[in-house]
Amino acid sequence: MLRAALSLLALPLAGAAEEPTQKPESPGEPLPGLELFRWQWHEVEAPYLVALWILVASLAKIVFHLSRKVTSLVPESCLLILLGLVLGGIVLAVAKKAEYQLEPGTFFLFLLPPIVLDSGYFMPSRLFFDNLGAILTYAVVGTLWNAFTTGAALWGLQQAGLVAPRVQAGLLDFLLFGSLISAVDPVAVLAVFEEVHVNETLFIIVFGESLLNDAVTVVLYKVCNSFVEMGSANVQATDYLKGVASLFVVSLGGAAVGLVFAFLLALTTRFTKRVRIIEPLLVFLLAYAAYLTAEMASLSAILAVTMCGLGCKKYVEANISHKSRTTVKYTMKTLASCAETVIFMLLGISAVDSSKWAWDSGLVLGTLIFILFFRALGVVLQTWVLNQFRLIPLDKIDQVVMSYGGLRGAVAFALVILLDRTKVPAKDYFVATTIVVVFFTVIVQGLTIKPLVKWLKVKRSEHHKPTLNQELHEHTFDHILAAVEDVVGHHGYHYWRDRWEQFDKKYLSQLLMRRSAYRIRDQIWDVYYRLNIRDAISFVDQGGHVLSSTGLTLPSMPSRNSVAETSVTNLLRESGSGACLDLQVIDTVRSGRDREDAVMHHLLCGGLYKPRRRYKASCSRHFISDDAQERQDKEVFQQNMKRRLESFKSTKHNICFTKSKPRPRKTGRRKKDGVANAEATNGKPRDLGFQDTAAVILTVESEEEEEESDSSETEKEDDEGIIFVARATSEVLQEGKVSGSLEVCPSPRIIPPSPTCAEKELPWKSGQGDLAVYVSSETTKIVPVDMQTGWNQSMSSLESLASPPCNQAPTLTCLPPHPRGAEEPQAPLYPPSDPRPSFAFPPSLAKAGRSHSESSADLPQQQELQPLMGHKNHTHLSPGTANSHWCIQFNRGSRL
Amino acid sequence: MGSRSSHAAVIPDVDSIRRETGFSQASLIRLHHRFRALDRNKKGYLSRIDLQQIGALAVNPLGDRIIESFLPNGSQQVDFPGFVRVLAHFRPVEDEDTDLDPKKPEPLNSRRNKLHYAFQLYDLDRDGKISRHEMLQVLRLMVGVQVTEEQLENIADRTVQEADEDGDGAVSFLEFTKSLEKMDVEQKMSIRILK
Repeated sequence: MLRAALSLLALPLAGAAEEPTQKPESPGEPLPGLELFRWQWHEVEAPYLVALWILVASLAKIVFHLSRKVTSLVPESCLLILLGLVLGGIVLAVAKKAEYQLEPGTFFLFLLPPIVLDSGYFMPSRLFFDNLGAILTYAVVGTLWNAFTTGAALWGLQQAGLVAPRVQAGLLDFLLFGSLISAVDPVAVLAVFEEVHVNETLFIIVFGESLLNDAVTVVLYKVCNSFVEMGSANVQATDYLKGVASLFVVSLGGAAVGLVFAFLLALTTRFTKRVRIIEPLLVFLLAYAAYLTAEMASLSAILAVTMCGLGCKKYVEANISHKSRTTVKYTMKTLASCAETVIFMLLGISAVDSSKWAWDSGLVLGTLIFILFFRALGVVLQTWVLNQFRLIPLDKIDQVVMSYGGLRGAVAFALVILLDRTKVPAKDYFVATTIVVVFFTVIVQGLTIKPLVKWLKVKRSEHHKPTLNQELHEHTFDHILAAVEDVVGHHGYHYWRDRWEQFDKKYLSQLLMRRSAYRIRDQIWDVYYRLNIRDAISFVDQGGHVLSSTGLTLPSMPSRNSVAETSVTNLLRESGSGACLDLQVIDTVRSGRDREDAVMHHLLCGGLYKPRRRYKASCSRHFISDDAQERQDKEVFQQNMKRRLESFKSTKHNICFTKSKPRPRKTGRRKKDGVANAEATNGKPRDLGFQDTAAVILTVESEEEEEESDSSETEKEDDEGIIFVARATSEVLQEGKVSGSLEVCPSPRIIPPSPTCAEKELPWKSGQGDLAVYVSSETTKIVPVDMQTGWNQSMSSLESLASPPCNQAPTLTCLPPHPRGAEEPQAPLYPPSDPRPSFAFPPSLAKAGRSHSESSADLPQQQELQPLMGHKNHTHLSPGTANSHWCIQFNRGSRL
Repeated sequence: MGSRSSHAAVIPDVDSIRRETGFSQASLIRLHHRFRALDRNKKGYLSRIDLQQIGALAVNPLGDRIIESFLPNGSQQVDFPGFVRVLAHFRPVEDEDTDLDPKKPEPLNSRRNKLHYAFQLYDLDRDGKISRHEMLQVLRLMVGVQVTEEQLENIADRTVQEADEDGDGAVSFLEFTKSLEKMDVEQKMSIRILK
């Protein structure tokens, strides 16, 4: 079954000349014994050849791009066509027959869809709809105009005797030829224009035209073809009407099919929360189904896929996970570029086969001149009309580029190959002419369009980063314009777009987007989010100790309960701000802020530990485990978590705390979101949460530190390890009963085992002498109240540092969290104490037999911590590590 | 009122309005027609209520502010010249507008004036600066309920800081212009029919 499908795929590629697949053993052979080695080429031939061709094409691409100079001058498509010519020549010389042609079936069913899907999916929709009028005009009117004028002019040429009489073709044949040669080809346009970088408007017009004119081409081609097959005598007036009607059926039908599938796709992805892994597949499957459906109903398949991609993108992108998004993007680009490469190469190879074509100079030259001339004329005429209605008229230079950018490509070639020689006697001449036209437009025009664009000084596209201001103001402008249109009483484009957006917001998005996705789906928010991601990535890339270069203050506390993703970035920001504290500590007036600074300073040490790495062997087909590339993210999480824990410690000795933060609001919801988000961010089962790494005992060896400065850091405040039980307190209590160890502080009365004098002196310790205890009503959790304050304090310190109210922020410089330099100013604060402080986090995991089901009981808390503690990637970030021996011991359950 | 009898002569001071706004005669006639349609009681001016009657403005997040922009300096009514003057901001920039006569005042549809119109929609207290608070208000209008207040504040902070160059925690008009210097304001703040 699979083999059959594969060979089906390969056969058209391999060409008709290929012998049919043979069984390895022919019946005449004597039965061999057990073979040690058997060569079964025919078993694998077809897929092998396909793979080989793609490999050759990809290798060729690599080779071309080795030289920047060549690719900057010559478009890749030219190089590929030329390579195809060479390869075809070699094959011809070796095999004495032309093989591996570009077969229309392969082209339309396998090679074209990825390219169209890619272009539809990544089409800038706003730009597209802003220019829809122009695009449609050029696509419909322009293509019709080109087809009829070219066909008629060629016929005139023949009547004038300039085409050799052996080309047996009537007016209808020429119109048929005109219809297939007139359409601008999306593949060729994309290949060339992607390298030229003209401004967006120009690009979208040419490219949009090339996509949308498919409907017209299909209709024209089919109508003319059936007319030719019927014979011109039998064509009746109703047939013409049917032809016109079929234009609407084919185009609107194709678009409708595409939209239906877009809807289905969006709806399906709404429910893939638990099976993230198939999300990319769904995108491709349904888009391909749209293509095939449209093809089956002989509607415009290109239009269908374009509309599908265009329509579903917004919702699909919101629904699927971040990783799926990346996967979709890359797979789509890979497939499209693969298909494009193969198409151009096969075009080159196909041209070698001289048995298929017959040359007539008059026809070839005439066609070349006519398509160029009529394209230019058509563009000028249409632009003149369009400019009456356009806000920004298309100027002459734009028109030149548009005329010159009308490249013909593989679609025309595939269509001409599809002609029936018995019905169209001049097919061979048409094939030759098409090949020449395609080669001329792709090679000559492709080569010259770049210099032309430069020479004409066409406005180039300028790529600039999105800024929040632009996004916000753009929205404002949209609303203003919509409002002004209302005031003026003219319901124009802006009015309808506004209405559409409201409709979309009210109904479509509600229906097609996951609720969690819908809540965060806002363009302004999106830009904000992307900016944060960018900063975060640059932050991590720079080793984690440089703040965003702009010196912006950082968004303060994350709102974890709504978006896990945002919390990622915000957490990064937090750690970023934590890393910057050192300079602030110096020279600041001792104040309330100072305390926080001191607390924060302790946090810095978290960055200095060099944790031992832990790898969890994980290979699940259904869930992707984090790979090495994600370590950076994890690292920051971990660091951050450590800092937090230490901030507790500095606030209070030996406190037990639950993982649930004292942020009471929305806990119920958080559970739900947390689950979803954890999956969204990590794409893995939620169970491997905290347990894996929870048992972290940080043993801090700070001898060097001690020598350097007698003033000690937080770590030195304590004699024994401070034990944080990162678990629900109820469990802690249980554990406490079992172990009875003081460090675990099982009892509600929490007494610091060894209150150091430091504690009394530290400014932030004062006023917290009494440890109030509160018993939460919902569970048996017993949480010291001051733990809450501790948490709040650290939070607020993070917050206030993250977004200082006034001029503090700009002074934050980006220093690595270096322990020494920072210590000195704080010296008076910390009397020396034990040099070997250690923190233990005896965790739940310690308890043997803690099952997943049990752990899921406190999921909300876990979700809270899971991203923070990560589980395996302990790399050390900070350069300060070098001179002090910090280490972390991971101990499951054991404590010091 | 459906009669198209309105001629240019009906409009008072038609020439000075044309000179000031740059509208064509046809546009002015159309706008005058619209003006009279909005003016329910044939008062000769539009009141706030007249403008609020425009249905779609109610669902426009910036609707109230835009109505406000039509009513100069707290007055409750706008006459036809004032009405046209506001709309003139949205006239597309044409070639003849670009060769500026330095003696003439800047046309209302210049880039600067378009931007200034948008700016004063943000700047509620008219102090020439968009404060963080004002930015937050606009964001609250625009972003809708999906984003929490906390996130909104973050966005507002960042938006202000992004544009803020002199570090005063607010966006002045100059900074506003600068933050949009890459945007094609002439195109984005123009309506084709207002020629």
